[in-house]
Amino acid sequence: MARNKRAIPEINAGSMADIAFLLLIFYLVTTTMDTDKGINRKLPPIDDELVQDPPPIKERNIFTVLVNSNDQLLVEDEYLEISELRAKAMEFIDNNGDGSCEFCKGYGVSTSSDNPDKAVISLQNDRGTSYGMYVKVQNELVAAYEDLRERYAEEEYGRSYRGMDPEEDEEIIKEIKNAYQQKISEAEPLNIGG
Amino acid sequence: MAVIKKKKDKALPAVNTSALPDIVFMLLFFFMVATVMREVDLKVSVNKPQATEIQKLERKSLVTYIYAGSPRQKYQDKFGKTPRIQLNDAFASIDDLQPFVIQEREAKAEEDRPMMTMSIKADKSVKMGLISDIKLELRKAQAYKINYSSLQPKNAEALYSADN
Repeated sequence: MARNKRAIPEINAGSMADIAFLLLIFYLVTTTMDTDKGINRKLPPIDDELVQDPPPIKERNIFTVLVNSNDQLLVEDEYLEISELRAKAMEFIDNNGDGSCEFCKGYGVSTSSDNPDKAVISLQNDRGTSYGMYVKVQNELVAAYEDLRERYAEEEYGRSYRGMDPEEDEEIIKEIKNAYQQKISEAEPLNIGG
Repeated sequence: MAVIKKKKDKALPAVNTSALPDIVFMLLFFFMVATVMREVDLKVSVNKPQATEIQKLERKSLVTYIYAGSPRQKYQDKFGKTPRIQLNDAFASIDDLQPFVIQEREAKAEEDRPMMTMSIKADKSVKMGLISDIKLELRKAQAYKINYSSLQPKNAEALYSADN
């Protein structure tokens, strides 16, 4: 049949671009590009039975950080600027008072922590403290641990801790995290300067 | 020079636009992959704090957001300027938080529930009293994994400046 031999007319694709533009604009309007980032923390569970008999911690192993309602810092009973907090915290964690920590570089001061395993950072803020300040303090304390881990990784493995792949170097990361375990305890906020 | 070119008033040939859909589709796919759907209409103003030790929140489906801050200009006649909590698209009180978390958890697949993360997106001027109340409610609702949403500062000086 002669009819079958005739070519099928081409579909007009002229408006394809218009349709695609329409979709594109829809996506541009309804979506956002910002990725969410933040400081990950874990809250302690509410469990009264556990708290009844807390293990005794020596005074020297506690690094107290207080923040008042004017966003001022009191660290170990002395006034401190936020920019000095990281170094101070690192000095405390890394002190190695009992000499059991082989990789520590602290001065072994008798008034500071025994070893990184025993060192606890205690953080307390006021209800009037601003959230911005709170995050800054959290950030500095986490950074103190991260910096120590970074140094440990450089010395033990000759690699950067922050540059490690969480899946590939799982074992190494675990080892490093174990060497400098993050121990930050948060107390219930005070309500003094409302 | 014998040939005299005769200027014809022939129209310029049309630019070939057959590749235009391809280009637009390419852009479209880029945006589809690189962006996420806008979650909610923000009713509180959130000026996030800055921090350096931040981690990316990997799976968006596991993240639930809690917003806290002063109501925006257009809501201020009605709600005042005191910092408030926003859950989904509406203002909420602190008592709504626990049912909200439980409801969100129920909506997730069973195996994903322990990995649920609560992202606190609060303005840096919000007082810690409100944040502490949120944290206490989260602990009561057994949502222990939290994330303080923050921005990467442009440089180290910005981190310690007073206005941050």
